[in-house]
Amino acid sequence: MPSPDVTDAHLRHLATLSRLTLTDAETPGLRESLAAIIAYVDRLRDLDLAGVQPMTRPGDEPAPLADDVPNAAISVDTLRAIAPAMHGDYIAVPKVLGDGGGA
Amino acid sequence: MTESARVIAADVTARRRSAVEIARATLAAIDTRNPTLNAFVETFSERTLAAAEIIDRRIAAGESLPLAGVPVALKDNLCLGPDLSTPGDGLGFGGRTTCASRILEHYRSPYTATAVQRLIDAGAVIVGKTNLDEFGMGSSTERSIFGPTRNPHDPTRVAGGSSGGSAAAVAAGLVPLALGSDTGGSIRQPASHCGVVGLKPTYGRVSRFGLVAYASSLDQIGPLAANVADAALALDVLVAHDPLDATSSTRVAPRWGTELNSPAAPRRVGIPRQARGPGVHPGVAATLERALERFRAVGAAIVEIDLPLTDHAIAAYYIIATAEASSNLARFDGVRYGRRAALAEGESLLDLYCRSRGEGFGDEVKRRILLGTHVLSAGYYDAYYATAQKVRRRVHDDYARAFMDCGVILSPAAPAPAFRLGEKTADPLAMYLEDVFTVGVNLAGLPAAVVPAGVVQAGGASLPVGVQLIAPAFEETRLLAAAATLEQALAA
Repeated sequence: MPSPDVTDAHLRHLATLSRLTLTDAETPGLRESLAAIIAYVDRLRDLDLAGVQPMTRPGDEPAPLADDVPNAAISVDTLRAIAPAMHGDYIAVPKVLGDGGGA
Repeated sequence: MTESARVIAADVTARRRSAVEIARATLAAIDTRNPTLNAFVETFSERTLAAAEIIDRRIAAGESLPLAGVPVALKDNLCLGPDLSTPGDGLGFGGRTTCASRILEHYRSPYTATAVQRLIDAGAVIVGKTNLDEFGMGSSTERSIFGPTRNPHDPTRVAGGSSGGSAAAVAAGLVPLALGSDTGGSIRQPASHCGVVGLKPTYGRVSRFGLVAYASSLDQIGPLAANVADAALALDVLVAHDPLDATSSTRVAPRWGTELNSPAAPRRVGIPRQARGPGVHPGVAATLERALERFRAVGAAIVEIDLPLTDHAIAAYYIIATAEASSNLARFDGVRYGRRAALAEGESLLDLYCRSRGEGFGDEVKRRILLGTHVLSAGYYDAYYATAQKVRRRVHDDYARAFMDCGVILSPAAPAPAFRLGEKTADPLAMYLEDVFTVGVNLAGLPAAVVPAGVVQAGGASLPVGVQLIAPAFEETRLLAAAATLEQALAA
């Protein structure tokens, strides 16, 4: 698929997918710089990559599974202390059911 | 002149100096110099002195500690719990870990990074956290909520980045040793710009548990130091298998620090054709040729190699790194920790996510999240992300082919010496191209070290320039021997 023009609509779409509110002031600069970067990375299309296997990470060691045993854990009090808002023993968020949905 | 970590550890071990007096002098020096440099974003005066006292007591009781009383600074994307002195499980609750981001401005780490805990267990005294580009995303340490770090050799210029605070702290002689992280050159480029040694170990060598993730297939922690032997000593302490990081290698590590007393000169040093291309500052080019000459003088053969995808690697890197960043940074949502936006009545959970992130992240972080989202999105995944992963394979294979013809590769660390503050902030792509000689190493997962190799006159300033040595994966022994050889040959 060819590169899209980075229109305001495409930037808004990316911002929604990224869960980012963008201000009107920052939108033009982001749009222009993204267009320049995407034009730059498009040079990869010039390469003949037929038959090349993708490389996801370096190294040949398998990623091991951890043993299923309990470890020392971070305490509830500690987690409570770094949470931005609590409601009793629960982390508070706006309601997600009914008219609060959409997340 | 930065004092050697090995000299400090030897003095504290022999009780010629106390860890407390060293810590006190370190904190005083930071108080004097930091207002200009802005290398440190936080220091721990009382906790540091308390930790130093404990080191003195352990030494008095006969303990042997490889980093006894060595003051160490930590890049502020490494988690640090409250206790700076106790060997242990790392659990606790303590100092801020901000990543120089508004979204983590008041975040306190509930645990300590494995790499940091290993330094503490070895007798290091943690003195503070250092400045960085937000979440490691930058090459100048200007994109920080704390303002830019300034280069100790010319305060009108950048220290490089993203580990610019750590590099500047070592270069200014404030600490002999600091930790940084390197995703695309973030240890090596600031080391070059500040005139210190920077070591990026092989992917998987050092546990990343407790390092705030940027791009998980690329990130690696490493030391910045005054000399190669100090960096090797730090690596000795840092490397061990850690079950808390699934990518942590189980390979047995040699003792690098003790192998450097009489380093073996490399037999064949490779120089990439692309390192001599246009776009390299004449002072950097001359520094590189002088380093080659020194290798030749100690008996190494110089062979030209080809890394044909040097320019394409940077495009592949910025696709892969931003794709992984867009995923990794999804965790910052204003719910469980970090900054939460104040919502108006009736605003939803979606508003909470979007506004917390919109207010909490800076421009460059937003740009990379948006780019990463673009390259992963439906319809573009194959054109960008899958293609970049194939280019990554080719870059990896090009290095493997080059190493059939040479033991180590020598290249610039950055195309030019440190640039002026503000010079590249308006042009993100120009900033990305700073990384042209470093990103390939991260894509291939190789170890690399930057060694200070000369001073260049630029714009009326005398600026240090480093050169980069690269070795095959897990060949840190060869890498450090070559680095020590060059260091000694340049000093002769």
